[in-house]
Amino acid sequence: MTRDITLSQAVNEAIAEEMRRDETVILIGEDVAEAGTPFKVLSGLVEEFGTDRVIDTPIAEPGFMGIAVGAAMTGLRPIVDLMFGDFLYLVMDQLCNQAAKTHYMSGGKLNVPLVLRTNLGATRRSAAQHSQSLHALVAHIPGLKVAMPSSAYEAKGLLKAAIRDDNPVVIFEDKLMYQDKAPVPEEEYLLPLGEAAILREGPEVTLIGTSSMRQVCEKAAEILEADGIGAEVVDPRTLVPLDEGTILGSVRKTSRAIVVDEGHQNFGVTAEIAARISEKAFYYLDAPVIRMGAMDVPVPFSPALEDLTVPTPEGVAANARALVRGVPVHAP
Amino acid sequence: MPRDKQANAEAYLRMYRQMVRIRAFEDNANQLYLNAKMPGLTHMYSGQEAVAVGICEALTDEDRITSTHRGHGHCLAKGAELKLMFCELLGKEEGYCRGKGGSMHIADQAHGNLGANAIVGGSAGIATGAALSAKRLGRNYVTVCFFGDGATAQGLWYEVMNMAALWKLPVIYACENNGYSEYTSTDEVVAGSLTARAEAFGIEAHQVDGQDVLAVNKCSTELAERCRRGEGPFFMELETYRYHGHHVGDINRDYYRSKEEEARWKADRDPIINFGRWLLSEGVATKKELVAIDSEIGDEAAAAVEYALAAPYPDAIEVDMHVFKGVEHALPYMSGARQ
Ligand SMILES: Cc1ncc(C[n+]2csc(CCOP(=O)(O)OP(=O)(O)O)c2C)c(N)n1
Ligand SMILES: [Mg+2]
Repeated sequence: MTRDITLSQAVNEAIAEEMRRDETVILIGEDVAEAGTPFKVLSGLVEEFGTDRVIDTPIAEPGFMGIAVGAAMTGLRPIVDLMFGDFLYLVMDQLCNQAAKTHYMSGGKLNVPLVLRTNLGATRRSAAQHSQSLHALVAHIPGLKVAMPSSAYEAKGLLKAAIRDDNPVVIFEDKLMYQDKAPVPEEEYLLPLGEAAILREGPEVTLIGTSSMRQVCEKAAEILEADGIGAEVVDPRTLVPLDEGTILGSVRKTSRAIVVDEGHQNFGVTAEIAARISEKAFYYLDAPVIRMGAMDVPVPFSPALEDLTVPTPEGVAANARALVRGVPVHAP
Repeated sequence: MPRDKQANAEAYLRMYRQMVRIRAFEDNANQLYLNAKMPGLTHMYSGQEAVAVGICEALTDEDRITSTHRGHGHCLAKGAELKLMFCELLGKEEGYCRGKGGSMHIADQAHGNLGANAIVGGSAGIATGAALSAKRLGRNYVTVCFFGDGATAQGLWYEVMNMAALWKLPVIYACENNGYSEYTSTDEVVAGSLTARAEAFGIEAHQVDGQDVLAVNKCSTELAERCRRGEGPFFMELETYRYHGHHVGDINRDYYRSKEEEARWKADRDPIINFGRWLLSEGVATKKELVAIDSEIGDEAAAAVEYALAAPYPDAIEVDMHVFKGVEHALPYMSGARQ
């Protein structure tokens, strides 16, 4: 049995279920208690679990991130709420130098079971410091797992798996999707980290879309269907680990691939996935692998400019059409 | 000998032995570096022994510490073995971290050592988080965060002190003020007073002579007990001195620190010599007994070095192990291989 709930509710349910199941799970961050965060994702949790486990902090991201690392090393399983993905820069030392490396540097003696929940996504008219999609930064760092839920269903299943994981996991939720509804099982379920999903099958081109860009790929596939082009849509769900098998299997079948992701294109997730396809499925390809990331500019405020920076279904469909028809996308 | 001193004789001798062990460890580590037998470099704790030993004597194995790049002393004082420490310094498989951490990352969770840290001030959050765990899980342990005077310039410490004070966490911030951060004198980088900084958060602060192991131990025993009663957090500033350069390769250092100053500290304020004299004058030990301790530990350290030099390096297959808990080899895992 499923029912339609919002991504926000899915996150809330995942946390509530895990906090009920495991006393050591705590929430920590700015305005996570009574306020339930600015996005109201955590509303109601403090009423059930109390301020001992739903901990409001001062505005001190490196501080509460570091505290969470130490707490995770000593028996708690903190879920850290980082209000905006843009604030990742503030916690980088504690996340990347401490949390990510502790298990390795200690030869496996210490581990850091924590979840860092944060968000990504532009077009909310929030300008350059509240709109970035910075998942590539952390996916670059060995020792961190990175999840990119693309609907309420993934948000709940991946978060529950992340909370039970014995390693630091960073989850990026698309802040524009918090109110989007999707069918979510009533029964408990987990989505293992490292398993991609094929959301739509098609023979001619593979559209790989992460998080917010999954919907863009699905819409592009509909546009392409009307043109008589069959597109396959793959959602990696997690960047680390990355389910190469599913991605490469799809590309070997379709011989064409477009990778769509809301992080900046340069040196980003699209580049990484495209490179792996080029290396490992080269002899199956009929066309170059196309990367479509966010435009490599700081996110502008004006709607007239901001909308230009994010891949659109029309843009993805246009590139797919060109690939399928043998028209060079990047003509010399 | 007065009765309380007699009762404490065992503890006194333990502290003496621990200080001598740290000094012996560092002398050997320095020699390994000078003989090009140690990969990389290391930061000597010599001169500061009374701080680590005085504090750790006040702690149990259940109590936690976080340590620094200058961490061998903390590690040994918290109970680590010479042999496994030398193995780690030399990158050997038997080392505390299987050779993956080295001098600046030794962790020994069996004795509550949550690890040294090569980011100056980087462990302030970890120590405070360990204290949060103690409080939340109803455990009665205390966490001591060791850091240098240089680390007091990092913002993280102020953020976590604020939270520790707000939440009354059982943590002691122990600042080893050895007068220098790298090649810079503390006076040039610290405005105002360090104790006042902690006091600004409503945290009780103590200044202690870090060369006097008994003074350090007395203060930390009281503060640890008060932490256990929910009266934490606390701050200790321990005045101390490092004998060597910033690291083993920092040999010509006249430009920031005079030889006279170094000689004065070594002659007048050596924590081991002074405590040894006190043990003699109080009749806790005889000269012969102290000499025996020194030579026994010297032999132990020499044997540990021999052992570590002969010990095997980790197998190449280990290079992508221990990246993730529960994952045997990280490389195939990250490319989607099912576990
Ligand atoms: C964040 C950071 N900045 C700079 C360094 C380089 N560094 C290593 S130790 C050190 C001096 C630290 O001084 P202090 O905290 O007083 O410790 P001490 O070396 O005196 O024990 C510096 C600058 C570092 N490791 N980490
Ligand atoms: Mg110093």
